[in-house]
Order: sequence, then C-alpha cells, then structure tokens
Amino acid sequence: MNLLTPLLAQNNIQDVDGIPTPESSIEHVGSYWFPEQASTFAGDIDFLYMAILWISTLFFVVIIGVMVYFMFKYRRREGVGSEPSSSHNTALEIFWSVIPSIILVWIFYAGAKGFFEMRVPFDDAEEIYVTANQFNWKFVYPDGDVSKELHIVVNRPVKLVMQSDDVLHAMFIPAFRQKNDIVPGRYTYAYMRPTKVGAYRLACAEYCGEGHSRMRTVCVVHKDEADRKNTTQWENEKHPGWVNGERLFQINCSGCHSIDGTVKTGPAINTIWGTDERLSNGSTVKVDENYIRESILEPSKTLVEGYGATGTLSKMPSFQGKLSDAEIGYLIDYIRYLKDPSKFPDRDTLVQPPAADGTGATSTVPADPPADTKPADSQPAENTTDGDPPQDDQASDGSTDPKTDNQDQEN
Amino acid sequence: MATAAERKKLFGHAENNYLNCTKGIRSWIFTLDHKRIGVMYLVGVTLALLLAGVFALILRLNLWTNTSELLTDAQYNQMFTLHGAVMVFAFIIPSIPAALGNFVLPMMLGAKDVAFPRLNLCSFYLWILGTGFLLWAIISGKGLDTGWTFYTPYSIQTDTGVIYATFGAFILGFSSIFTGLNFLVTVNTMRIPGQGWFKMPLFLWGLYATAIIQVLATPVLGITLLLLIAEKAMHIGIFDPKYGGDPVLFQHFFWFYSHPAVYIMILPGMGVISELIAVYSRKKVFGYSFIAFSSVAIALLGFLVWGHHMFTSGQSIVVTLIFSAITFTVAIPSAVKVFNWLATMYKGSIALTTPMCYALSFIFLFGIGGLTGLFLGALSTDIHLHDTYFVVAHFHFVMVGGTLTAVFGGVYHWWPKMFGRMYNDNLGRLSCFLVFMGFNLTFFPQFVMGARGMPRRYASYDPEFTIFHQWSTAGAMVLGIGIVLGFGVLVYAAFKGPKVAGNPFGAASLEWQSSSPPDFHNFIHQPILHDPYDFESMIYDEELDTYVPKEFMEPDKQPATEPEPQTH
Amino acid sequence: MAVVEPEHEAHDDHHDHGEFIAHHFESAEQQFDSGKLGIWLFLVTEVLFFSGLFVAYTLYRVLHPEIFDQAHVFLDKYLGFANTLVLLFSSLTMAVAVRYAQLGKNQHVVWYVLGTMVCASAFLGVKAIEYTHKWDQGIMVRSYFDYHAGHHEASMPLARALGVSDYLIWISIVPVLLLVGFALFAVFAKLTEKANAAFFSACMAIAIGGYFIGALAGHFYMELTDGGIGGRSEKAAALMAYEDETHSDHEHTDKPADHHDESAAEQQKETSEIAPYEGPQNDEFDQDIGIFFSIYYCMTGLHAIHIIAGIGFLAWILWRSILGHWRSDYFGPCDYVGLYWHLVDLIWIYLFPLLYLID
Repeated sequence: MNLLTPLLAQNNIQDVDGIPTPESSIEHVGSYWFPEQASTFAGDIDFLYMAILWISTLFFVVIIGVMVYFMFKYRRREGVGSEPSSSHNTALEIFWSVIPSIILVWIFYAGAKGFFEMRVPFDDAEEIYVTANQFNWKFVYPDGDVSKELHIVVNRPVKLVMQSDDVLHAMFIPAFRQKNDIVPGRYTYAYMRPTKVGAYRLACAEYCGEGHSRMRTVCVVHKDEADRKNTTQWENEKHPGWVNGERLFQINCSGCHSIDGTVKTGPAINTIWGTDERLSNGSTVKVDENYIRESILEPSKTLVEGYGATGTLSKMPSFQGKLSDAEIGYLIDYIRYLKDPSKFPDRDTLVQPPAADGTGATSTVPADPPADTKPADSQPAENTTDGDPPQDDQASDGSTDPKTDNQDQEN
Repeated sequence: MATAAERKKLFGHAENNYLNCTKGIRSWIFTLDHKRIGVMYLVGVTLALLLAGVFALILRLNLWTNTSELLTDAQYNQMFTLHGAVMVFAFIIPSIPAALGNFVLPMMLGAKDVAFPRLNLCSFYLWILGTGFLLWAIISGKGLDTGWTFYTPYSIQTDTGVIYATFGAFILGFSSIFTGLNFLVTVNTMRIPGQGWFKMPLFLWGLYATAIIQVLATPVLGITLLLLIAEKAMHIGIFDPKYGGDPVLFQHFFWFYSHPAVYIMILPGMGVISELIAVYSRKKVFGYSFIAFSSVAIALLGFLVWGHHMFTSGQSIVVTLIFSAITFTVAIPSAVKVFNWLATMYKGSIALTTPMCYALSFIFLFGIGGLTGLFLGALSTDIHLHDTYFVVAHFHFVMVGGTLTAVFGGVYHWWPKMFGRMYNDNLGRLSCFLVFMGFNLTFFPQFVMGARGMPRRYASYDPEFTIFHQWSTAGAMVLGIGIVLGFGVLVYAAFKGPKVAGNPFGAASLEWQSSSPPDFHNFIHQPILHDPYDFESMIYDEELDTYVPKEFMEPDKQPATEPEPQTH
Repeated sequence: MAVVEPEHEAHDDHHDHGEFIAHHFESAEQQFDSGKLGIWLFLVTEVLFFSGLFVAYTLYRVLHPEIFDQAHVFLDKYLGFANTLVLLFSSLTMAVAVRYAQLGKNQHVVWYVLGTMVCASAFLGVKAIEYTHKWDQGIMVRSYFDYHAGHHEASMPLARALGVSDYLIWISIVPVLLLVGFALFAVFAKLTEKANAAFFSACMAIAIGGYFIGALAGHFYMELTDGGIGGRSEKAAALMAYEDETHSDHEHTDKPADHHDESAAEQQKETSEIAPYEGPQNDEFDQDIGIFFSIYYCMTGLHAIHIIAGIGFLAWILWRSILGHWRSDYFGPCDYVGLYWHLVDLIWIYLFPLLYLID
C-alpha cells in the first residue's frame, strides 16, 4: 500500500489528475537506500552516495579483515611473545596517507559539483513563495493561489523563495534530495526541477518546537499546468463558507489545532462552538464569533486553561493582517460546521453567482451571494469596532438581510 | 638489589593506599589528590551517563510506534534535548579527560599531582554545580526543549528552562577549561626528568591535544551562552531576528566551540585506544610520532571546520566549499591513526581481554563513524542527509561507538590500578559483546532511515520507517543492558574482586610502577623511566603475580636510579 | 578553606622547600614556571572569551555601519578617555608593585597595590556615572531602548537631594556598604589589636573610596557641562529628530514581510492597512541602534566584571603583602595578578576606541 496515503488524506489530496491512485506506483519505493529519484540532481547525488559507500565499504572490509586476521593469527599463546618488527615505516605511512587523500579530493570535487547544481538557480524558474511557521506550510503561487501542499509541474524548474514567521525551519523533500534552512529575518531559496509526476513527502528538517514532527506535508508534481491550476485554484465564491473555512484552517491552523479532539499545541476546535471555555484566569467565556475573532487576532489576550498562564505570551502567533475579516468569517463558519454539520450545506453545493438584486440569505442557504454572505453572516458589522474592512464593501453596501440582523441581536 | 619484600611493598597490592590514607567524608570532599578527584569524577560522569541513558531508552520506546503514543510531543522534545545536553556536557566531554585523565595523567608523568590541585578540585565542583543547573531545568518542572544546540530563535521563544540549562553549560565550560589548563601546565612543567615529549605515552598526547581545544574553544562557548542568556532575559538583539539580530550568528559561535568539542570527545578516546592496543598486543606502538602529531593536527584542524554543520543554513557557496574542503583534511589524520593501530597489532601477542575487546570494537565502530563522515563532508550528499537520522547515526557511531567504548576500555584497563582488584574478564567480555551488538543494532538502521529521508527530532513519523525504528529500539535495550552489565561487573570487582598487584597487564608506562591501588604520593620510589612501549622492560614476577621493572628483578645489578624512600 | 591535606603528617620535611612551595612541586622554580604558564593560558582563555564579543561587534559594524554612526555619539569620549588614563596609570602602579615584590619589599608593594585598587575603583565610579546617565535617558539594550533627551525627575528623596538619578543610588549601595563595613572593621580590629587586619581593612576602605572619587568627578563633570560635552548629545538629539521624520517611509527591509504576487497581494495589502503586522512596534525611530548599546553594555559590563574580580585578586595580594609573604624567590601570585591586571587594562584599550571613537 502507498505509505503516503495517510498524508495525502490528511491534506485532502484526492484524485488529482496526473497522480496515480494511492495503490499504484506513487509509492516511494526507490532503492534500498533512497526514496524515489524525482528531481534532476537526485541521480547525481545517489551516484556519489553509492560511490562513497563502496569506497568506504572497501576500506572498511580491508581494515576489519586485517584486524580480525591479526586477532587470530597473533593471539597470545603460552610461551610465545610478540615478535619484533619495525615500529616505523615512512614509506608505508606516506602511502596510506596519500592514497586516501587522493580519493578524498575526488569526493570533495564530486560533492562540490553536485552542490553547485543544487544551489544555482535555473533559468526562467517559476517562483513560489513559501512561508513556514510553527507548524504550517503555506505556498503562494505566481497567480496568487495559495495551498498547504506544494504543487509544481513536472519538468518545470522551480525557485522557492522561503521565509519564516517565527523560528528556524528547513524545507526538505527527500525525493528531490533538496533541503534548505528557512531563517527568520531573511529569505532563503531552494531550486529544483521535478522529473516525475507523483506525490512526495515534504518535511521540516530543522527542529522548530513542539509540533516539529507534525510539520509534514506533501509535494505534488502535476503533469501539466492545467492540472496544477485545477488543484490549487480556489474561488471562495464557488464554495459554501464552511468549506472555505476548512481550507483556510488546513493552511493556517491545522499544525496546532486538531479537529478530532486530540490535543496538539493548541486546543482541539471541533466541539468548542457555543461551549463555555475555561480560561487560565479562572473565568469562563462563551465561544462565539467575537471570542474566536479575538483569539485569532490577539491570541495572547486570553488563554484557555492549560495553555499557559494569563499574561504569558500565547504560543499562537497573531493573525492580525494575515487573515482578512472575510476569512475569519469563513473560519467561524467552519468551527460552527464542525459542531453541528446538519445546519450547513454539503461540501459540493455550488454557490450561485451573486444575484443581480444582491439580496442575500445566510450561509445555510447555498444560493448566497458569496462575498455578501460570509462576512455579514458570521461577523456582525455593528460589533466590529474597527469598521468595515474593504473586503466587506459589497456586503455592507448590499442590503442588510433580516437574518443577519437577527443573529446580531442574538450575539 | 631489590628483595621480594621490597618489590611487594613497591609493586604489590597495597592495603594502605590513597583510598584509605585518610578517612571520613571531609577527606574526600576537600581532597586535593588527583586520584580521588578522578574517582569522584568517574562516579559523577557515570551517573550522568546512566541518567541520560534512561532518557535515551524512553526516547526509543516512544519511537516504537510512529504516532508517539508514550509521550506527548512536548515531552518527547524535552527528552531528546535532555538526553543530548546531559550526555554531551555532563558525560562525554569530562568522561575521559576529567575522570581517567585526572587519575592517570600525573602518574604517567611520574609526578605526584597535577600542577594546580586546588583548581582541579574547583573544576570538579564546577562540574557538580553545572550539572546541577542542567538538572534543575528538569526538576523545576520547566524542562528544556531546544535541542542540546540551543539554536536561536527557538531557544529565545520557548518558555522552558533555557536560562538554567545554558548557565549550567556555561559553568561546565569553565570546569572543562580548568581541567584543560591544568593538564597543559602539568604536561609542560611536571614531566619526570628525562621524559622528553616523545617519551610520553600516546594517551598524554591525546589529552594534551584535547586540553588545547578545551582552553581555546570553550571560552567562545562561554560568551555565546552568556549572550544567549542576555538575549533571552533582555532581548539585546544580537541573535533574535525580531530585534534585528542574526540567528545564524549564534550557529557560527556555537559550532566554533562545538565542533572542536567533538574532538574533545574523541581525541582522548583515541589516546586510550593507542595505549590499549599496544599493551594488549605487547608491541611497541607503530608510528608513534604519526599518532602523536595526528592528535595535534586533528585538534588544530578541528578549529577550521565548524561551518560544515551549516551547509544548509544559507551561508555563501564559497564559504561552504572552503569548509567542506577543510573537513576532508581531518579525515587523513584519523585514518592514519587507524592504520597505525592495525600495524601495531601486526606480529604482536594479542590478548583478548575486556579492554582489548573494547579497543577492537572501537576500531570497528569508529571506522564506520569516520567513514560515514565522508557522506556528510561531501556537499551534495550532505544537503540530502543533513538533519536526518543519517547524521544521528553518524555522530553516535563516533561518540558512543568511539568515545563510550574507549571509556569502557580505559576504565577496564585502569580499574585494577584504581582499586587494586580484578574484575571477571568473561563477564567483561560479555558486556563488550552486548554493547557492540546492541549498538550496531540501534544505529545501523538509522543510516538507512536517514538516507531514505527520515528527519531527526521527530516524535511521530511516517509509517514507512516503523520497522527501522523498531530494530533501533530493540538494539537500544540490548545496548542499555550491556552498559549496565559493564558497570555492574566493575563495581562488583571494586568491592569483592580478587586482589591484584601493581601491574597485572605488563604495561610499561609509569603509572604501573606503583602499588595497586597507588600510595597517596603515587610512587613510593622514584619511577624508573623506560620507553612507554618497551614491554621488555617489565619482567614477570611470579611471587607477586605481576610485572615489575627489570631493574628490580636482577638482584646483582643496581637499579638505574637508586630507589629512594621518598622525594618531594 | 578547610582543606584537609593528609600529607602534612606524612611528611613534614619542608627543610629544602620554601615556605609556600606546594608538596607536589620539586622546586620553587618549577612552581613558578607552572604558575606562569597557567596564568598565560588563563589570559588566552580570557582573550577568547572577549573575542566572541569583538566578532559580534565587527559583524554588526560591517552589516549595519549606520547604527554605529548614529549611536556612538551618545557616549562621552572625555569620560572614556579619563577612564583610559586611570587604567593606564593603574597598570603602571601594578607594574611597580610587581617589581617591588620581586625585590621582596613588601611595604612598597602594599602602597602600589593600594594605588592600583584606588584607580580600579575610580574607574568603576566613572563607569557608574556613565551607565546611570544613559539609563536615565532610556538608552538601554535593544528591546528596552527608548531614548528621550534630558533626564527624569528622581523619585527617591536621597537622589533628589543629591541631584542624581535613582539608578546611581541603587548602584552605589554595594560600595557604600563595603566602605562602611571595612571602615568599621578597621576600627574594631584596631581596638582588638589585630594590627594586620586593621591595616588591611583601612586599606580596603581607602581602595573602595576610589569609587566615590570617580563617581563624584564624573558627576560634577556632567553637571558642569550639562550632560557632558564629549558625547555631543545635542547632535544626537538632532539625529534622532531626523530619524523621527524619515521613519515613516523607512521600511524594515530586513524584516520578513509577506511575499506574494501583486495580483494576489491586493487583498492582503488592504487588510494590512487596517492592522499592519510587523513584529514589535517601533514607535519613535529605528530602534536597531539599540543593538549598539546591547553590544556596548555586554562589552563594558563584562569588562567591569573583570575589574571587580581584579579588585578581589588585588585585595588578596594586598593582604599577603601586609603579611610580608613576598621574597625574591617567591613572588608568583603578585606577578600573576599583575599580568591579569594588564590584560584587563589592555582590553579596555581596545574597547575605548572601538566604542567611543567611531567617526
């Protein structure tokens, strides 16, 4: 079975055209020592590795062979002392210093040559911006699409422009044999040119904190641009709000929050909606739109009991400026959906394009004008102190729908 | 000249010795005797080893399944951090120099003590204090989850006990500096008359080279850790990118110390092995000066290669190339040592005693550790292997397969000298076998995992690696049993083992020209200087069942040096 | 220290040993050579200890020369120069003291070591004025850097009465306590006829008095020149004002910022106008010049710690001089402490131009 399957499922990668089905050949079979070779320089690196391996094995077998032979041949016997032999032989010593030196020079040369290939940019490479934070990956493509997995096109060179929001990370794709640290405060780059369609592991290799080992995702190599676009493209307008929220959750939050109840770095969020959350200062707070919004924008303001004392910094970074108000609205929808899916439309429900009259409904009605629905629905304009964000223009310009008003009053 | 009674007094088993010349706890706490300090160090580092070993076993158990069922992620991170920090700072670095070196070095020089006995004791108490701070990070409940490298900015961000632990490491650094300084001065000024540099045992060359590194590199670690503490406490903006600092600068500073520190860990081990191979082959060591100079060469080259820990950190290509090239040059002196050891065994009379078994394991395991260094020194393969289990396996082969087996070999070798009692050789060999098998089983699968892309420091991992991890965990258990058995055999021997005279193994270096255990003043007579590898100079004395200098076995001939009752 | 040395009963054959030759040395010469080599190695570690800071200094100076240009004007080079002279003079007295120790003239050693200690304390006094003056203006390490010209009204009555900042009072508590303690103990020892102890304590009180000489001199210099003339603080203020104006369009190019393609950027740009997220907020000006002071405080602070440790070592030498321990064949400790003192002096000789004389 395909060992990547759990990871693919976790990342909602299903039936991407160009990727063989989980049961077939995308497995990282590779060789005994290596995962599959899927980039231009993987072959060279494997060759050098195997060359060093055989040279080392040769030396090792000789050394250990001689050692074991001596062990038996010259083992101590009654009445037999050691025989005198020269304690010094310059010719021999120079011989066994120089021969390894020559081999080492070759290894250095081969390694350096391969290194140049890995560190010198390809011409006209596609630039993909990578943001690593604890403990999520985010990939932004030239056309503005965003994804949690790295999606690239076979045989098209890629330049990853990488930055970290918090601590050191490292981008590591074993199948490409490529790795580079991601250092906060500067950009680092990684170049590669995939040669095989498939899905490959992508992991954080530099220890980055509690969820380091969860900072794994996949790199999907598509057969062509159209296929890639199919996967990465996302129009909020075409999906129910909670599905947008799910996607945002996957990209931004899933490194630390689970939706199956397990406790990661942060609390699980699947059942919190509407409950009374105990805070570290002893008080309780009802989980509603405002609480979630505050938790996202000012995570250190209140901490849930068990996740740090009041007044200490939250482990969660602020998403101030990183998520728009509309996006926060989608996330709220998603959290509500997790608590009680029955009120929400199916995932595949197609949202109608905005009606000309602009009269909307709530998220529970699939045929909503999308830009209208979400912010208005989950985020009462009257309660938002800092005014309407630009994204909400349509919504606030549009007629206020009665249901929204009702909700506001409820809150 | 020397009668049997005199020989017994000089070289026999001594009932009155440094262990019992004064009594009471105060006589140990305030002792200035290098032998007692060495023994206390030995006890201390052994406890540190066992503690960190327990952490390691917990780690391995957690990795039995790929979903981290035993520990939470945070606990796992604390475990590997504490395992690394305690092992490196509290065990490996002081193990051979401070424990064995303290005991043996002055005696090998024919001296009564190290040059600065008070500094020596101070160094031991700094070790206690520093280890205490490290442990305080655990006991206080805060733990430590930065990895033993304390990489910024995570170490600044985390709210675990980084300040305690770094301060502990800072203090341990001073302990290490004082030991190194003491050894340098002692070797320089306190050699017995006639003992030129090239008449010293090779262990001393190893310790001397180590001491050079301790004195030159450790202060840089000290200031780095102080800056880290200041950064964490006050955000001074040197390392923290949020305040305009440079996190990679910390890596440079850290590895400027910590790479040479790798040689602090292995050079004394190589010195021990040079002794063991020669003694148990009863052969003059082959290529003495090559081995001696290779130690110094490794020490000096060790200062120029720190950047090879940072090939993926985004440093410039040119710098990377230079570091890679220099890294390969370190391989040569290491290889030279191995070849010389083999040549020493040639035509020898090899006794497979416990110490020799450990020495041969060392050659095997260090061979693998050294050769896998080539994969990591070569740039393109390192990019793939960096921060994977391949690296983990590599440095464990060097530090555990190398240093730990050398510690065991050395302790088994000098144990009869330290306590005047012999251990059970068969059980000793069994411990060596378990350590050897367990070790290989633990770490060999990690090479494969690493090459297949398993990153290190992962609490949970892809299911494809499960089988490798399970082999590794099983091996770790065997390794743990081997280590416990190894120490058990020794501790039993120290109290209940058969009494043994001064030189049971027929070694020729000066420390064996004393009673076992030695007198408080080390030597009752002025030791007679021979070449340290001239085993013909020691003759078997049947009455004592031990080897004594030939001068004492020829009744009609005067010893070359008049044995004096005592000198100063 | 209650050191149990079991060898004392084992061999009391000190007949050919000097009084202070440890049992494990063969001769006075061997002991002296060992000590000398030891102290030189120790000095090597000291140099390497500081070297980390010098490397950090060099790196930041190369990467951010503008920080150093702007920041050094806050340091008063006349105060720095005065301290340099004080330390140089103390090195001279120390060298003379070592010479007298070699000649076995213990009484002379006492006076010159005392002179050295007074200078050391005076150095710390001036340093205290410098530090507290900066703290008063909010010139701290990077994260606490919050410059404002002029100085705060002191809150402690004592500080207000003396016309100094609170910080100076706090920092002076230890020397005051030491001074009073030694003075009282000197009287007590005099009364109980412990002549050596009385003399030693009196000397220590004088030595610590040096701190107040330095602090007073520094304080009056600051008062007379209205905040010092070596640092050109008006110019600094002007610079800061300039920074204020230009800061609004001075983006932190070295900080991580969200990168995305233009077409995708719009949305985020708009949101970031609402709530710009750029790490810690910089209210007034480029606080990165605080990094200079981080380095400044680390370097001079570490140096000051060495001075304090040096005073401790000198006190030990002083005591042994009073006891008359030095002989022409035994003066090692005096020599070693002298070497240490010269190194501390030498480090300052490097720090002074690197920190104060940037232009």
